[in-house]
Amino acid sequence: MATVLDFEKPIAELLEQKEKVEQVASKSGVDVSKTIKDLDEKIKAARKNIYEHLTPWQKVMVSRHPDRPYAISYINAVSDNTWIELHGDRTVKDDKAMVGGFGSLDGRTVMFIGQQKGTNTKTRQYRNFGMPNPEGYRKALRLMKLAEKFNKPIVTFIDTPGAYPGLEAEERGQGEAIARNLIEMAQLRVPVICVVIGEGASGGALGIGIGDKVLMLENTWYSVISPESCSSILWRSWDFKEKAAEALKLTASDMYANKLVDGIINEPLGGAHTNPAEAHKIVKHEIKKHLDKLDALSPEQRIEKRIKKFCAMGVVKE
Amino acid sequence: MSNWFKRIKEGITTSTKDKKETPEGLWYKCPTCKTIIPSEDHAANLFVCVNCNHHHKIGSKEYFKIIFDNGAFHEINAQLKAADPLNFTDTKKYTIRLDESIKKTELNDALRTAYGKVHGNDLMVACMDFSFIGGSMGSVVGEKISRAITYCIEHQMPLLIISKSGGARMMEAAFSLMQMAKTSVKLSLLAQEKIPFISLLTDPTTGGVTASFAMLGDLNIAEPNALIGFAGPRVVKETIGKDLPKGFQTSEFVLEHGFLDKIVSRKDLKQTLGNLLQMFKN
Repeated sequence: MATVLDFEKPIAELLEQKEKVEQVASKSGVDVSKTIKDLDEKIKAARKNIYEHLTPWQKVMVSRHPDRPYAISYINAVSDNTWIELHGDRTVKDDKAMVGGFGSLDGRTVMFIGQQKGTNTKTRQYRNFGMPNPEGYRKALRLMKLAEKFNKPIVTFIDTPGAYPGLEAEERGQGEAIARNLIEMAQLRVPVICVVIGEGASGGALGIGIGDKVLMLENTWYSVISPESCSSILWRSWDFKEKAAEALKLTASDMYANKLVDGIINEPLGGAHTNPAEAHKIVKHEIKKHLDKLDALSPEQRIEKRIKKFCAMGVVKE
Repeated sequence: MSNWFKRIKEGITTSTKDKKETPEGLWYKCPTCKTIIPSEDHAANLFVCVNCNHHHKIGSKEYFKIIFDNGAFHEINAQLKAADPLNFTDTKKYTIRLDESIKKTELNDALRTAYGKVHGNDLMVACMDFSFIGGSMGSVVGEKISRAITYCIEHQMPLLIISKSGGARMMEAAFSLMQMAKTSVKLSLLAQEKIPFISLLTDPTTGGVTASFAMLGDLNIAEPNALIGFAGPRVVKETIGKDLPKGFQTSEFVLEHGFLDKIVSRKDLKQTLGNLLQMFKN
């Protein structure tokens, strides 16, 4: 049974109706094509209506929808299942919350990297809920350097509730690992495209987020802190997450309007979780489009533009 | 006999408001070892406890005085102030928070940048002020560091950043987050110019500051017993559901795990910086 978010209930009810009608039809042999067509129209209208008016908090909930495609799902689809996963940071261990490896994007070798969440209780734990340890960031950096050495472009998929705040993560330098990625990614000579496919929580997301093009899927968020933590710190209560979500301006459209990301990728109507295959297709198309544009620039031009872009972020009064 | 119990003298008649209090600030009590010494002596000892070496939090004003020869320096971009790009309000409007902080601290934001000489060597110092909204990093901190780096590149001048911060400033949300990116990518340009960058981590250095410029020094040095980490100790404790080991996330702990080059007491700071700058130069 698919997970239904509160505000998706009207859609779920229509879907249920449709299912019942189909069941009746298959038993009785009655022609219900007209009813089905009407219901499909209604479903589409309901999706449109609901998804066009999502609040920031509702978008946060969609970004965490358990049926949403995760990094590996995108990687396999975009690379037509050619992805060869590569493991380990060569220092401590292999972080399961951060995956990476070469894959072929319509014949062209690309380094795909991403934060990976699990799909059930067991795999969620195995993936540490998509929260990398320092070795995850170091593995990502190792693979990025590998890509640079062999002149292959890099695509990262961002989807994390944050870098893991554990004891060992601190011992092994979580801060240093993220910081190192920021400075190293700035100077990568190959094209770098970053796509926020779910949650973009703070430094944990940014750690694989310094790209020539940083894109956000329509129903994702990216900010300095999750709305819940923001509520607990600034309002000293967990009850203001909706308010915090609004105040943080963390949606794709806000981030784009504030020039903090380079583009928004539309999702299938009703969110990526309603039609993963379509979401895959759209993302693949966007990646190819941007790669082609980035190919036209020299490494020096890309690096200069990348650095300039991030240096222009921020608003101050002289 | 009964006279003994009679009040002959008048009681204390001085009203509370007329009572003479010891003027505030005359004495300093160390929060760690409770030693009490005259504030003047404490300042003369660079705000370090004479008894237990506790390094009291100080700001850019004090660091500039300690580091620069004769306390002489040129501050740059002092006029920069925070805007409120998101029109942010939590329990208080961000603009009001800013005005109050500016009034209270007599600072414009949480970082000042200035250059001068250290034992005759040129040095740019970017120093954070914890008293200004917890030393949090917003657009101003990022922009000032970025401009300081530009100046360093133009003048081939080494850079010291003194970190003292709770992390990114929430009221500027993603703008603050991107200051991590901004400062780090800019530091990559300084690195390409082979201009030395020394990072000094002081109590406390956490969050987005640790996860960007503070950990990116050619040399990372720290004051003794400073809190240094990515996640705050409370968060780590909640995550692991256990008490934290003694000394967790102190400078000594971070040194032991390989992320600091050296721990330097405040009284040795200037000399150490001078020596290091000479080493890079000669």
